[in-house]
Formats: sequence, C-alpha cells, structure tokens
Amino acid sequence: MEVTLTVNGASHTLDVPDNTLLVEVLRERLGLTGTHVGCDTSQCGACVVHMDGRAVKSCTVLAGQADGADVTTIEGIGTADALHPMQEAFRDCHALQCGFCTPGMIMAAIDLVQTSEDLDEQAVRDGLEGNLCRCTGYHNIVRAVLAARDNM
Amino acid sequence: MAENGTGIGAAVKRKEDIRFITGAGRYTDDIDQAGQAYAVFLRSPHARATIGGIDTSAALQVPGVVAVYTGADLAADGIGDLPCGWLVKSKDGSDMIQPPHPPLAVERVNYVGEPYGLVIADSLQAARDGAEAVVADFGDLPAVVNLATADAADQLHESVPGNQCYDWELGDKAATDAAFANADHVASLDIVNNRLIPNAMEPRAAVGDYDAASGVYTLYTTSQNPHLERLVLAAFVQVAPESRLRVVSPDVGGGFGSKIFVYAEETAVIWAAGKLRRAVKWRADRSESFLADAHGRDHVTKAELALSSDGTFLGLRVKTIANMGAYLSTFASSVPTYLYGTLMAGQYKTPAIYVEVRAMFTNTAPVDAYRGAGRPEATYVVERLVETAARDLSMDPAEIRRRNFIQPEDFPYATPVALTYDTGDYEASLDKALQHIDYQGFAARRAASEANGNRRGIGFSSYIEACGLAPSQVAISLGAGVGLFESAEVRVNVTGSVTVITGSHSHGQGHETTFAQVVSDRLGIPLEDVEVVHGDTARSDYGLGTYGSRSIAVGGSALIRATDKIIAKGKKIVAHNFETTEDNIDFTDGVFAEQESNRSMAFAEVAFAAYVPQNFPLDELEPGLSEKAFYDPGNFTYPAGTHICEVEIDGETGETSIAAFVAVDDFGHVINPMIVEGQVHGGLCQGIGQALLEHGVYDDAGQLVTGSYMDYCMPRADDVPSFTVDTTVTPCTHNPLGVKGCGEAGAIGATAAVMNAVTDALGVKSLPMPATPETVWKALGSAG
Repeated sequence: MEVTLTVNGASHTLDVPDNTLLVEVLRERLGLTGTHVGCDTSQCGACVVHMDGRAVKSCTVLAGQADGADVTTIEGIGTADALHPMQEAFRDCHALQCGFCTPGMIMAAIDLVQTSEDLDEQAVRDGLEGNLCRCTGYHNIVRAVLAARDNM
Repeated sequence: MAENGTGIGAAVKRKEDIRFITGAGRYTDDIDQAGQAYAVFLRSPHARATIGGIDTSAALQVPGVVAVYTGADLAADGIGDLPCGWLVKSKDGSDMIQPPHPPLAVERVNYVGEPYGLVIADSLQAARDGAEAVVADFGDLPAVVNLATADAADQLHESVPGNQCYDWELGDKAATDAAFANADHVASLDIVNNRLIPNAMEPRAAVGDYDAASGVYTLYTTSQNPHLERLVLAAFVQVAPESRLRVVSPDVGGGFGSKIFVYAEETAVIWAAGKLRRAVKWRADRSESFLADAHGRDHVTKAELALSSDGTFLGLRVKTIANMGAYLSTFASSVPTYLYGTLMAGQYKTPAIYVEVRAMFTNTAPVDAYRGAGRPEATYVVERLVETAARDLSMDPAEIRRRNFIQPEDFPYATPVALTYDTGDYEASLDKALQHIDYQGFAARRAASEANGNRRGIGFSSYIEACGLAPSQVAISLGAGVGLFESAEVRVNVTGSVTVITGSHSHGQGHETTFAQVVSDRLGIPLEDVEVVHGDTARSDYGLGTYGSRSIAVGGSALIRATDKIIAKGKKIVAHNFETTEDNIDFTDGVFAEQESNRSMAFAEVAFAAYVPQNFPLDELEPGLSEKAFYDPGNFTYPAGTHICEVEIDGETGETSIAAFVAVDDFGHVINPMIVEGQVHGGLCQGIGQALLEHGVYDDAGQLVTGSYMDYCMPRADDVPSFTVDTTVTPCTHNPLGVKGCGEAGAIGATAAVMNAVTDALGVKSLPMPATPETVWKALGSAG
C-alpha cells in the first residue's frame, strides 16, 4: 500500500506491505534509528513518537494508520546546538544512563507536560507508567520532567 | 579532590548524553550492512525433549529464505561448545562437571527457548515465515524444574549424575560447629532467593559480517566485554582466529551482567556470515530475551547464626542449593561460590563461618551473573539473619549490627572466608543513615500508620561487596580461566588532544565522561580535549570489559598508570629541550617546568615536540607520546554501606509502598558524584524490584509463565519512591585513585532492607519474595 506522512517536517510517500508498523517505517525506511524497539507487547515505551501532536507507541501503529499524519520523532524536537527543554533537562538531571529508553521517555514526557495541569511528582510517576527504564530507578527522570515543566 | 570544575570529584554533565538525547546513539540494531540477510532462531517449545529429526524442506521453499542451519551443521564445521570460564572444585577435590553445551542443540533440548537452528532470509519477515515452516520431531520428556528436589529427578545430562555440577565448601566446618555447640542462641532462616530476569532495555542483537578479500570476520554485538567475546569465539568455539576476528560493542543499552556472556546467537550469526559470505543480522524479540538471556539469583538456602546472649555473633552456617539452569553459562559456576560464600562475613567479626553450596542443573534457562552476582544473595542471607537474630533477642537492629561491626582499627581484616578487607568505617555509614531516616521518629510514624488501619515497618541492610575481582594470580589459582587486569592506552595527539583507549566497556555507566575526567585532571588539560574510545577489539589491545563494578577500580587504575608514563616521557622530552635531566622537571596543572628557573613548556607544546623531534638522542628518547598500561589489582575493593527502608502496608489490600529509602554508601573517592548517585538509584530500583515485584516463574512442565512484560513485573515509575542517597569515604588503600566501585551496591543492599521492613511491618519472621500484595495480604490475615 502507499502511505504519505510527514515526519519531522518532511513529507514522504512510501510503498509498504500492509502489515508494516510505523516504527519500521521510521527505522528501516527513513533511517530514523533514534526510535527504539524494546519489547513486543506495547509495554516498554522505547518507541514513543508524536503523531498529530500526541504520544503514541509506534510499535502499535500500522503505517496505514499513519497515512496523512504528522509524525515527530526524537530527531525532530531539537538539535545538539538547540536542545528541546526536555532534552536539556534530561541531561542536566542525569536522567539517562544507557540511553536506550531515553528517546521514548523524552517523547512521552513532553506529551505529559503539554497535556497536564498541576503536574507534581506523583502525577509524573503515574504519567510515565507506560515507559520502562532499567538504569535510573526513575529518580532523575522524575526530577528532569519536573524541571522541564517549568521551562516549557 | 575538586568539587568544582571538571576534574576528579566534579559532577560533570555527561559527554555521551548529547547523542542519546537527540536520537543519535548507535546501538547494534541501528547497524546495517550492505546486502545483509536476517536470522530468526528456531527455539525449543519443550523444556526437555529429544530431537528426532528436523525437516527444513518446506522452510527452504519459502520465498526469500536463503538457508536453514541446525546444530548438526555447526558441528560438521567444527564449531565447539560454549565454555564456562571458571572451574570450581567440589569438597572432595574433584572438578565440577561441565556438560556439553553446543551453541545449537543437536540431540536434545533442555529448556524452553533453547535454540536448535536458525533460518536466514533476505528479509526478517521471510525468515520468520521460514521458521514457521520448519518441522522438528521432538520426543517430549518430563521436565526437571524444582531446584530443591533436582538431585532425585531424571538426569538431564549423561555426564552429570544426580544433576549436580559441584558440591563446594568454604570455611572451617569444625570451628563453626564448635561455635554453634557453645552458643546461647541460634537464629535460623529458610530462604528462597527468587529467580530474576535481567531485562536490559536493549534486547541482545548481533550483526555478523565477513570480508572475503581479507578473510576478516566482524561481529557487532551487544556485549559488555568484546575482547572476551572474541577470545571465546576464537579459542574455544573456533569460529576464526583472534587476528581475523573483530568484535565491536557499539552503544549498548544496559547489561546488568546479562551481556557479559558468550551466547549461542552471536556465535551462530558470525559463523553463518562466513558460511554465506554475506552479512547476517539478528535482534532478539523481548520474548526471546525472557527465554534465552541468562537469568539471575535462584537459590534455596538454610542459614543459621550462633550468638551469645548479649548478641555477639559466634558462628554462621549456610547451606545453599544454586540453580545453574540447563547448561553452564560463561561465568555461572563462580557466582554462587567465589562471589557468594566469600561475602558471608558481611561487615561483622563473625569468627567462624562455614558455607556449603551445591550447584544443580534443571530444565530452565541458564543462570549467571546479574547485577551484584552472588553478593546480593550473600547480603540477603546475612542481613535477613541478623535482623532475625535481633528480633529473637529483642535487640535494636541497629545496635546488634553496631556490636558486631569490624572496627576501623581492625583493618586490614582477614575474614574466615578468604577475603582481606583493606578499609572501612561501617558505623559512620550506619549513623548517617539513621539520621537521614529519622530513626527516632519511627515509632510515631508507625503509630500514625496503625491509627489509619495500616502497618509500618523499618528494615536495615548493612551490606558489603567485593568489587574489581582480583588479583589474577589468586583467581586463576581458584579456577578462573581469564586474567582480571585491565588495559589503558593514552595517546597524545600531535596538537595536544588526547585519545584514551580503555579495555573497560560502558553500557550506561558514563565512562566517556568519568575516564575523561581522570585523564584531564591528571594531565591538566581541558575535559573537551579528551576523547574516550571503548568497545572495539580493533582499537584497543585487549581488555576484560565491564562487570562486577570493576571499571573505575581496575580500568581507572590502568589509566593512571598510563598517564604516569605520559608524564614521565614528557619530562624526558622537556629535559632534552632544556638540556637538563628529567629530575629537574616538575609537572603541575598541565605545565612542565624546570626547577629553579622560569623555563616551562605547556602540555600541547610537549606533544608537538614529541612528534616533531629535534635532535632527539634516539637511543635514549624515542619520538611520539603514547603509552599503554595493564593494571592488575592487588586485592578486591570493598564498598560497603547501610541501607534503611521504611514501608507502609495497606491494611486492607496488602499493597506495600516504600515510604522512605535511605542509602549511605562508602565507595572510597568518587570521580563524578552525579553519575555515582545515578548508579545507586538504578541499583536500588532493581533491588526493590526483586523484593516486591519481580519473579521468573516456570510451571511444572518447564514453561516460562513470566515471559513478557505483561507477566514479569518490572518496576515502573509509580512503583518506587525518590531516594535519599549519601556517602561516607574511606579511600581504598591499594589503588592509585582510592576508588572502590559503585555499580552494584544498590542492588546488593536494597533487597534485604525492603524485606526486613516488610516482615517488621507484618510481625512475621519471613515472607517469600516478591512480597506481592497477595502474599502480604495473606500474611496480614495469618498475623492477625
């Protein structure tokens, strides 16, 4: 099937098998390997991207469902010289170690901050329940999200 | 030690973060080779079965399938077994029994998920379709799953009677028995240390490539120690000689021990790449990670502590059955012996200790090192038992520990179980932890919880660990098959920037920052002028990788040796330039200066002079400024500390929440406190996970019933609290940085602290882990 989607501001029209997942389009067709695959049950959140402004697990979205959508990945939110406030906060707070969960965690956290009012520590912990991290014990991730909340 | 700036002791932001937060990290699954094929492994659906035959004909007809290989194909090519690297001896002096461990099963399978073949195709989808079309004729056999009765069950391996790998002992049995005979009180516990599944967030992966022109194999893989991977694949499995085998571990998404080992999958992938003259790529699905990554822990133990009536420890007796799973993984044998029995003194002056460990085979995934590796299990035994003794004698749990601590004046302290602790101040950590938790206020907090119908408990864990496994001489005499040193190279480039090449490997630890801090501090050059290279056998001479909290203690010490050589060589160059002797040259803050004169050369000037040599006396002074060092430690390092956990249990649901967690650790000198705190946080979360959430469970048929994130309860952000983390410092006495290592401490200390708190809250002697709401709720009922 043919799908057309906008990824990080650039439009792409691709011919893909019907069962292709959005994460496969991103990683294998567009070379955007910042979005990771950490599980096969939509539990870990390493593959979170934004689709039409909301966080989605890209392992659970078919490419066909993303036809016409505006997708933003970790590569699209900031650069090394102009980091997104959430990226900045993750670095400042040492909210990452191995870095594998980090892109999904950052994308989920941005959505959480953008869609929440009165975000406190417990709300951050509840809001990130869909993203697994095995390195940080979440302590510094929570600090980072609360710090970014004040700068976004 | 600098508190500010970028040197040793400064909380420098990590150099590696920019690529990770922008999505530019390069993990194995991000690597593609031109024309690569994709591998999917055939895995046993049975826990124990004979393989009658494997029909691959239909699979080979699937469009896109290139090849189907089975264990017989590897065997026919002379591919050897996956070896275990540590030979443990039984009480009677006999060697442990190591059953055959072919990378792909040939005649039998022995655990669910064991690979017996692989399908290689032009696309991943075609490989999956091909794997579905393979028909194997399995003869299902009863599975041996129960560890405690494995000795009386069916025999898994022809060469292993009673399924026993070894029956090992440590300590003085007679002295320990005498201590028990003379004791006023004996505290005893039956303990099950639950099986855990490591679950680094990046699944294992491998890309094998073969260059026909040079005959060189290149393996990109998710390894914590690429040189060990190369050594085993070359020397034992015999895929290719080391000189024609390059192993690269690029960015690796966490390891926690599970990526130390040499596995079947990368072995088959690199072999197949040579066979097909084509790159072959494999990445584990998470389901495969659950089935086929080495698991952790899984002990059944009876432990007893003999005491006098005043609470003085007289003797400790421990009898453990350790699960090896179906085969011996790379370092499996050492974990419940030299990394477990040796730690039974804990922080205490227990004069007599005797430990027996029987290692058994079962039809489950192999068990090997997982964060802490033997030391969490030892700490759990000692600290649960100490808490039990305190309750038996109605003593304060802090006071019974204080009474038995090895005191600062006792160091160096030789324990009855083979280790000599170099330094420590255990009361200092305990006192600080008591302050942080507000121990005085606990009674009031407990009363408040009870007034609300809930329970509240407090639990201690004064752990010790032995890091930087060493020295090689001793370990090799005890059966280790590898050295335990580390290498470092400091290569000063012509214009003064420095490339540091280390045999340690970072998979989240932040070595690119901490190692750069060490070198920049020592050489007096800006942090940004130092680049750290790791994880590529083509770039570093040799290395033993990262595990056992060894990197800064061993790899960091090697760095110091190499920088010392750089400074010495620099002095020679400057002395030549100034026509004096090197004794007259001082090196401070990046400047070589002649004593009693105002002549000096900056570091970059010396670098340039080294590579643009003028009138060098070439017999005495070679051009260039690049030095290597191999550092073999004289002893382990001994981080220690006290963790205190306070829990509240919902009186109606049995749900446990952690009200506060304090960890005070002595890691010796700290290079980057921000990174060290992060390491502690992560370890605590894993330790809490073991206590409250995680459990790898096989049913009676040997099926893994916790084979996904829907079933295996990983700690999530809302399961854990924010932690209070602090340090005390007694510098290590035998390495140049005075460092001890910090990677595993959290996971070692936390579990016992949590379970001591939960059992305290419930008023029960013991409770199986994980203390799920169901388990706790039942205990609430039975405790009245």
